[in-house]
Amino acid sequence: MSDLVLRVNPIKCDGHGLCAELFPERIELDEWGYPIVDGEPIPGELEKHARRAVAECPTLALLAMRRNGLAPA
Amino acid sequence: MTAVGVSEPVLAPAGSARLLQGLRRDGRAVSLDDHVSRYGALEPAGDLVDLVARAGLRGRGGAGFPTAAKLAAVRDARGRAVVVANGAEGEPPSGKDKVLLAYVPHLVLDGAVAAARCVGAREALVAVSPTVLRPAEQAVSERRASGHDRGVTLRVVAVPDRFVAGEESALVQFLNGGPALPTFTPPRPFERGVGGAPTLVQNVETLAHLGLIVRFGAEWFRSAGTIDEPGTALVTLSGAVRVPGVYEIPLGRPLRALVGDAGGLSADVQAFLLGGYFGTWVDASAAQTVQLADAGLTRHGAAVGARAVVALTASACGVAETARVARYLAAQSAGQCGPCVHGLAAVADGLEQLVQHGRRPDHGRIRRSLAAIAGRGACSHPDGAVRFVASAYRVFEAEFDRHLHGRPCTARTSSVLPVPSFGAAA
Repeated sequence: MSDLVLRVNPIKCDGHGLCAELFPERIELDEWGYPIVDGEPIPGELEKHARRAVAECPTLALLAMRRNGLAPA
Repeated sequence: MTAVGVSEPVLAPAGSARLLQGLRRDGRAVSLDDHVSRYGALEPAGDLVDLVARAGLRGRGGAGFPTAAKLAAVRDARGRAVVVANGAEGEPPSGKDKVLLAYVPHLVLDGAVAAARCVGAREALVAVSPTVLRPAEQAVSERRASGHDRGVTLRVVAVPDRFVAGEESALVQFLNGGPALPTFTPPRPFERGVGGAPTLVQNVETLAHLGLIVRFGAEWFRSAGTIDEPGTALVTLSGAVRVPGVYEIPLGRPLRALVGDAGGLSADVQAFLLGGYFGTWVDASAAQTVQLADAGLTRHGAAVGARAVVALTASACGVAETARVARYLAAQSAGQCGPCVHGLAAVADGLEQLVQHGRRPDHGRIRRSLAAIAGRGACSHPDGAVRFVASAYRVFEAEFDRHLHGRPCTARTSSVLPVPSFGAAA
């Protein structure tokens, strides 16, 4: 288990939905198309998928954080 | 020193009338001279953080955060701090902050100056609703004319009267020249706020208590209220009571006693709204035993919040009232976060269908929307709205059922909860 968590900046997020396509293991969309992210730590084997979803977000709204300090990971 | 001499010692206010004891009967603001003769002059304090921690003062703006912790965070942050006295009271059923600023502004300004000295700020901004801009400005010029607050400059700023404008990050963004809308945190204002400086944002009532704690001490402060929630607090009481208005109570006062303070009920009451539009409905029988402190209210799923209390007459419909406020809260969304924009609109649509059109809405959809919104905005606006609507489902179960089965609404009184005309938010 890594100490990586995902967080959405809901002001930046426009609901493109790419993150849910790239990381369906942990991200689903609500009925309006906005991602639901639970803030639980991402297991090490899924970290690559998580980072890809973060990198591909067209509005840079998906953030990877360290669980403890909230500093960008 | 002004009117107070050695021969005329100032006594700490006894009982629970601390902030409102000096109100003038003619409705004018208490002058600086009268203020100083009642409470004494504000002397520079020693370690304010320790004093406030011992007093146990918590924020009076709704969130109830320990004031000493906030003071310490800003004092210890790097850079020249700024203080913001938050009097942006955009919540329709709340009037306590406006009352302080309009009638006893020097209590608030004392607290702002004491807080500024504590955190090393040279400037304290007093953010107010437009309706009380003038008395606040007059109070500041009175102090300036008498050279009252050496080392601290007070400046009054009017903030648009929209619901989310008083949220800390929204207020800071507005004071920085932006729109009065919440921002994504971190950074929080205590880290980077007005002009990028560490910023202490405190509700004006909190500051008013602070100014008195500096004078009369922690023990005195604790002589009212409960052990866990010490001190007095202002309550805005409206609805079916004989004398609606702003009351000062020791925290923990039974709701029944507060209603007694207001001359009793003016009609049969079915429920009370506690904590304003982010608060919760409590039915009238449960309300009999409610004490106005968070400790006793969590049992009812409620919290005192900013202590706006509305007594709902039995002749009104709880579902219709909830639907109107839900629509207002949807319209007051900052419009920045998808789940808040779409979710609150969906909830309001569903409730309105239920009330107005006699149509049976997809009930599951309202509940699903409620579950999907909380915790997903940049600020707590959606969370508060969800808490409010969810409590209506618990308390007005019978009325929801009536509406669901297409039976006519029994309301003989409508539009009890105040909702300003909206659409023109700045």
